[in-house]
Amino acid sequence: MIGNAAVARGAYEAGVRVTASYPGTPSTEITEVMATYPADEVYVEWAPNEKVACEVAIGASIAGARALTCCKHVGLNVMADPLFTASYTGVGGGMVVAVADDPGMHSSQNEQDSRHYAEAAKLPMLEPSDSEECLSFTRLAFTLSEEYDTPVLLRLSTRVSHSQSLVETAERENVPLKEYNKNISKYVMMPAQAKGRHVVVEERMRALTALAEVMLEINCVTRSSQTVNGKKIGVITNGITDMYAHEALGDRVSYFKLGMVYPLPVERLKFFASACDEVYVIEELDPVIENHCRAIGIPVHGKECFTMLGEYTPAMIAAAILGEAPAEHAVIDPIPMRPPVMCTGCPHRATYYVLKKLGLTVSGDIGCYTLGALAPLASVDTTVCMGASVSAALGMAKARGNDFAKKLVSVIGDSTFMHSGITGLVDIVYNKGINTVIILDNSITGMTGHQDNPTTGKTIRGEATKEVDLEALCHAVGIDWVKVADPFDLKNFEAVVREACALEAPAVVIAQRPCALLKTVKYTGHCIISDKCKTCGMCMKLGCPAISKKEDGTVVIDQNQCNGCGLCVGVCPFHAIEKVED
Amino acid sequence: MNSSVNIMIVGVGGQGTLLASRILGNVLVKEGHDVKVSEVHGMSQRGGSVVTYVKYGEKVYSPIIGEGEADIILAFEQLEAYRALPYLKKDGTMITATQCIDPMPVIIGAASYPEQLCEKIAAKANLITCDALAMAKEAGTDKAANVVLIGILAKRTDIPHDTWVEVLKTTVPPKFLDVNLRAFEMGYTYSM
Ligand SMILES: Cc1ncc(C[n+]2csc(CCOP(=O)(O)OP(=O)(O)O)c2C)c(N)n1
Repeated sequence: MIGNAAVARGAYEAGVRVTASYPGTPSTEITEVMATYPADEVYVEWAPNEKVACEVAIGASIAGARALTCCKHVGLNVMADPLFTASYTGVGGGMVVAVADDPGMHSSQNEQDSRHYAEAAKLPMLEPSDSEECLSFTRLAFTLSEEYDTPVLLRLSTRVSHSQSLVETAERENVPLKEYNKNISKYVMMPAQAKGRHVVVEERMRALTALAEVMLEINCVTRSSQTVNGKKIGVITNGITDMYAHEALGDRVSYFKLGMVYPLPVERLKFFASACDEVYVIEELDPVIENHCRAIGIPVHGKECFTMLGEYTPAMIAAAILGEAPAEHAVIDPIPMRPPVMCTGCPHRATYYVLKKLGLTVSGDIGCYTLGALAPLASVDTTVCMGASVSAALGMAKARGNDFAKKLVSVIGDSTFMHSGITGLVDIVYNKGINTVIILDNSITGMTGHQDNPTTGKTIRGEATKEVDLEALCHAVGIDWVKVADPFDLKNFEAVVREACALEAPAVVIAQRPCALLKTVKYTGHCIISDKCKTCGMCMKLGCPAISKKEDGTVVIDQNQCNGCGLCVGVCPFHAIEKVED
Repeated sequence: MNSSVNIMIVGVGGQGTLLASRILGNVLVKEGHDVKVSEVHGMSQRGGSVVTYVKYGEKVYSPIIGEGEADIILAFEQLEAYRALPYLKKDGTMITATQCIDPMPVIIGAASYPEQLCEKIAAKANLITCDALAMAKEAGTDKAANVVLIGILAKRTDIPHDTWVEVLKTTVPPKFLDVNLRAFEMGYTYSM
């Protein structure tokens, strides 16, 4: 079972009744797996964004149910506002927030360390190191949540979330709904009540710190009597680094594995260190445990031996602590990288082809369409966070004036627009911007692996539901000029974008064409290049992975990759590309 | 350092490496090993390099494989095979499909696809090559190239033939089972 599936299993076994999340690699599968459990046992939803998801979970918890919300590290930024105050209100039914960090940035825009949130929001945080612990720590998190009247953070990382290892499952616990009682001093956070609750939060922190000293089953010490170069070595680990350390160091060192990464014990760490000659903290990303150790007077080795960047490996640990050289291996010549690309048939390719042709500045966003930043399309100027394409473009326009604004567009996917694009659009209307926003409506949340969203007309369980009418929504917030266009109709799409940009008013273009990977999309046949080809290279500008130039200069379409979408047919000035049915 | 058997599966997003690692993982669990499989999803679905680590033995700690640690590398594409070569143990075996897929830097002319990769690999490792795509087409569908490769790998493990077949039956959708079983046998009996 992958770690994420094990978290879902743990939550199911813990009797969770409500799960609300917004997708985000590497956390997405937790919620997808929750949705495979019976609907009469767990309500599961994709929310429009993490803040909403967290609030749904908070509401469910206050109403007496065990509730779960899941997100990737940057999702925690979006849910931070409700979360910080949920720390004050505490819970009714147990509440757990699963957050997956992405050291190495396999699929993220930054490498932030979510452990800082535990400290900032004063919430306990557990961190499993394999799938078995994903399950058991999730169950434990719900118990702690109710025992200590607090939301509990469960920190994951890409390696733990996406590694499969064996787990033992159990039956679902029968956890009845708690009684709902109106309780103003606990659940209405106005200054007077919040002052009272802050006192409770600080008391809770003291109690949790005391707990950290005695939670032997998850903050566990394994002693070794061996020495390394004549010294007794101790290592402090958390999450996946415990696995790496065991592989690298075996039983030659003593271990203090921290399953609860906030709050951290004090006395037990001091005691552990006192029996070692040298102590190393092995933690990916920021020196959180290291700083804690230093603050309580334990001299440790940390980031001077290990990096703050990316993922660790057993070899790195063996080198730092044992001074062992890495295993012998073959050295290879430099070779081309293979960055991800838009798939064959991707609707975004057509959109960027037109934007590039028009020479527009493109305020970008996050989704499959971020790949439009890479050559040869190389159209995207900026990518910061979800929703920023719209609001940052208003800032650009206000900074540089309307002439600049007329050569500027925002591009934002349907899911991202629902997540946090709408408020930016309202800002444009309210503050008299003349920006053009292009909503890339491919009928799905593509980047994270095809989740439904409020524009697709389906819930996470595949039930039909009312879908947001994007056109009507844009009209409703005050955009008078809204047009829907198919980007594969290159001529018309170009004309529509030109018209939108020329306006002295805000405009929205809805670029509508479904993701080529959707089951409902069936391209047939293949495209072939005839001898009319003059090798002008126009089709190469699409950056289609199926089209390439041979060494002799001829252009070929790889029939194994071409899905017959036919986009290239329309860009060839010599009509040399034909679509043939098989 | 450790006594696990380490297998890496590498290829290009969309080639079906994930199904291959699922089959392998299921087989190893069935054989009673401690198993860890680690794959990175997300961006890699979009035609980028994909790497999956599969480790098994009595007790497996780390889910990842470092340079010089892989016993076998199963590659779906030549350039990816070469890219993974540093991960192979000194006496390890590389199994690669002969398929070549140009990465975007090559397509746009910013780089060229290196030549004679198989020769370069053979100079440093035990190499088994096969035209998995052609074999899969012969079996009935080019989509079964991953299972052809699994067949070749299966022959080089100590896991009984029937375990693989049983796992295929539960992992592959019934509609495609016959084709995949044919593809597996072609791989299993393949010799260069
Ligand atoms: C705050 C935050 N939450 C989640 C993500 C993960 N994420 C990146 S893109 C994306 C969705 C993209 O979907 P859409 O906008 O429909 O574009 P598509 O990929 O379909 O082109 C998600 C959920 C993120 N980067 N930031």
